[in-house]
Amino acid sequence: MKSLAELQAIRNRMIDQVSMRKDDSIDTRVVVGMATCGIAAGARPVMLEFVEEIKRRGLENVTVSQTGCIGMCRLEPMVEITVKDQEKVTYIHMSPEKVARVVAEHIVNGRPVEEYTIGYQG
Amino acid sequence: MDLIRSHVMVCGGTGCTSSNSAAVIAEFEKLLAEKGLDREVKVVRTGCFGLCEAGPVCIVYPEGCFYAHVKTEDVARIVEEHLVKGRIVKDLLYKGAMEEDKQTVKSLDKVDFYKKQKRVALRNCGVIDPENIEEYIAFDGYAALGKVLTEMSPDDVIQTILDSGLRGRGGGGFPTGLKWKFAKASVSEKKYVCCNADEGDPGAFMDRSILEGDPHAVIEAMAIAAYAIGADQGYVYCRAEYPIAVKRLQIAIKQAREYGLLGKNIFGTGFNFDMDVRLGAGAFVCGEETALMNSIEGMRGEPRPRPPFPAVKGLFGKPTILNNVETYANVPQIIVKGADWFKTMGTAKSAGTKVFALGGKINNTGLVEVPMGTTLREVIYDIGGGIPGGKAFKAAQTGGPSGGCIPASELDIEIDYDNLVAIGSMMGSGGMIVMDEDNCMVDIARFFLDFTVDESCGKCAPCRIGTKRMLEILERIVEGKGEDGDIEKLETLAESIKTTALCGLGQTAPNPVLSTLKYYRHEYEAHIYEKRCPAGQCKALLTYKIDPDKCKGCTLCARQCPAGCISGKVREPHVIDTAKCLKCGACMEKCKFGAISRG
Ligand SMILES: Cc1cc2nc3c(=O)[nH]c(=O)nc-3n(C[C@H](O)[C@H](O)[C@H](O)COP(=O)(O)O)c2cc1C
Ligand code: SF4
Ligand code: SF4
Ligand code: SF4
Ligand code: FES
Repeated sequence: MKSLAELQAIRNRMIDQVSMRKDDSIDTRVVVGMATCGIAAGARPVMLEFVEEIKRRGLENVTVSQTGCIGMCRLEPMVEITVKDQEKVTYIHMSPEKVARVVAEHIVNGRPVEEYTIGYQG
Repeated sequence: MDLIRSHVMVCGGTGCTSSNSAAVIAEFEKLLAEKGLDREVKVVRTGCFGLCEAGPVCIVYPEGCFYAHVKTEDVARIVEEHLVKGRIVKDLLYKGAMEEDKQTVKSLDKVDFYKKQKRVALRNCGVIDPENIEEYIAFDGYAALGKVLTEMSPDDVIQTILDSGLRGRGGGGFPTGLKWKFAKASVSEKKYVCCNADEGDPGAFMDRSILEGDPHAVIEAMAIAAYAIGADQGYVYCRAEYPIAVKRLQIAIKQAREYGLLGKNIFGTGFNFDMDVRLGAGAFVCGEETALMNSIEGMRGEPRPRPPFPAVKGLFGKPTILNNVETYANVPQIIVKGADWFKTMGTAKSAGTKVFALGGKINNTGLVEVPMGTTLREVIYDIGGGIPGGKAFKAAQTGGPSGGCIPASELDIEIDYDNLVAIGSMMGSGGMIVMDEDNCMVDIARFFLDFTVDESCGKCAPCRIGTKRMLEILERIVEGKGEDGDIEKLETLAESIKTTALCGLGQTAPNPVLSTLKYYRHEYEAHIYEKRCPAGQCKALLTYKIDPDKCKGCTLCARQCPAGCISGKVREPHVIDTAKCLKCGACMEKCKFGAISRG
């Protein structure tokens, strides 16, 4: 180790690999419905895309996890996003293509993507 | 790049390893690979979570689900349900990890066992992979060393440790900053920093768990100490009976060298420091500082007279500091977060936290870390989950063979160095053995004295002969052969040993006797004068009796008795021939009518 910068580089590279273990530092939770119905509807690629996108942007304090059936199989793949101290937002019929926009607008800028949400009347 | 979405942290501490967590880890790895999930789910072998009683334990992140008593057969369900489908396997969860509604999972810091804990020395135990230096770095590891070497002078470091109020966690409670200051003031071209990982107290495993779960914290702290006092070489003296701790420490040292965090010119500052592990043979006295240094030098592990103190003339005759593992584990965070942060925890004269190894008659045996000033009641009932079988709390023994008992009347004492000394016990290194109404306090005193007599190195007479005399008296008392004047003899012997023994082992050996005499003198008296053991433990003093009014004459007891000493006709009250009775208790266990009593 020749400098502090070197140490910092290792820390930065590792931090998102371990951040999910830091319970109190989590600001945003992304939960993907991954019951049989969700998996059949293509929830897996959605989840993996979230993981990828969050990593790409180097976002800390965001976790992606999965849950069982959220209860509305025909709306799958469904994703719930909870930003600390805000109400939960539920997205329906998610696809990997929609993920980047949700991450950018909702998680980074704090504005949920209304047209993908469960309450949206198009 | 791998897309890790879930971490399965499986405890690889000594407790869980003995309940076979290694097989659980192997099973996870195998099943995840079969399902092609091994690039999404990472299995991490960690150090102790503290709840060893529930082992093998594992935590699945990001949900933070705490699974307990995980058997290899259970792994398939956790993989199938939780990791594939996202359905938590509720019946495998640790029982305290669910909300009242039995549906929602509590976050770990809300679980009763953890709620009142504050993890500083144990902060990374169960959280990182101790064999991966990069995980330690991710949790701000080696940032303190970087800060010290680039921004602080040795005096700044010592001042910060002094200001923090950190005191030695190895038993004595000596201010750590002061120790460093003395060693810095000694002029010498060679100095040493040592770490005491001998951990000889029966039942204690705090230091082992830190080394197993977070070895880099100790390495980092020793490098900081070396910078502060002007040393370039360190030794960790660890007992050979701790193979997992030794192995992880050696791996950690090797990695630190590879990353240039040990060795020459660390962080390009010109500071050099390296260290090695020395194995202790397991003699209790080798934990004493001068004996420990003799042992590292390859001589017999016997204490030397002090002064000279190690800060002046220690290892190889050079100025040396010796600190305990847990003491060191606090240092990096004090540097990073500051002395004031550390002082927000604990009491005025005892800053920070203390780790205890809870054992004996307690539901949650395991490792707990609480702020100083937490009451004994909180530790026993809120964290420890109380006494099994609804029995009454009688005492907590702290300080091991050098310590004493805290009686039930002192349950609300705020635990810190000075309060414990004031009531005749001591903080010690952190062993806490809980006793209930069935424990005989004379027998407990005998147990600890037996330990010290065994461990006395024999160098000085007060300890070698005096403790033996005391033990003989105690053995007489528990065998029902105690005599008038025995208590006074114990007291006289205790006083003279305390004042004349050469080292701490002898000087503190009488403490368990003195402290039980202080609070449970009546038990000693009952043994000596009434030939009775109030707790019903001392076999020689027990008599089994059948109450003729309750006995239905069912003959069950007579058929059980191995000595054949119960007689009586069918449907008539039976009697025990106490002269022949072996006091095995079999009859009492069998009687359905509660007719047999012991006293
Ligand atoms: C008989 C005896 C055994 C001891 N055993 C230990 C031990 O196992 N671990 C320990 O850290 N200190 C032990 N000590 C205390 C050490 O001598 C020393 O005070 C301590 O390691 C200093 O570190 P600290 O100031 O960080 O507590 C023992 C002392 C005596 C007298
Ligand atoms: S007090 Fe006991 S252990 Fe210590 S030097 Fe004397 S004989 Fe040895
Ligand atoms: S088992 Fe109990 S009731 Fe039966 S004979 Fe023995 S003492 Fe009497
Ligand atoms: S205690 Fe054992 S030896 Fe004594 S009477 Fe009962 S069964 Fe027999
Ligand atoms: S060893 Fe696994 S919890 Fe303590």
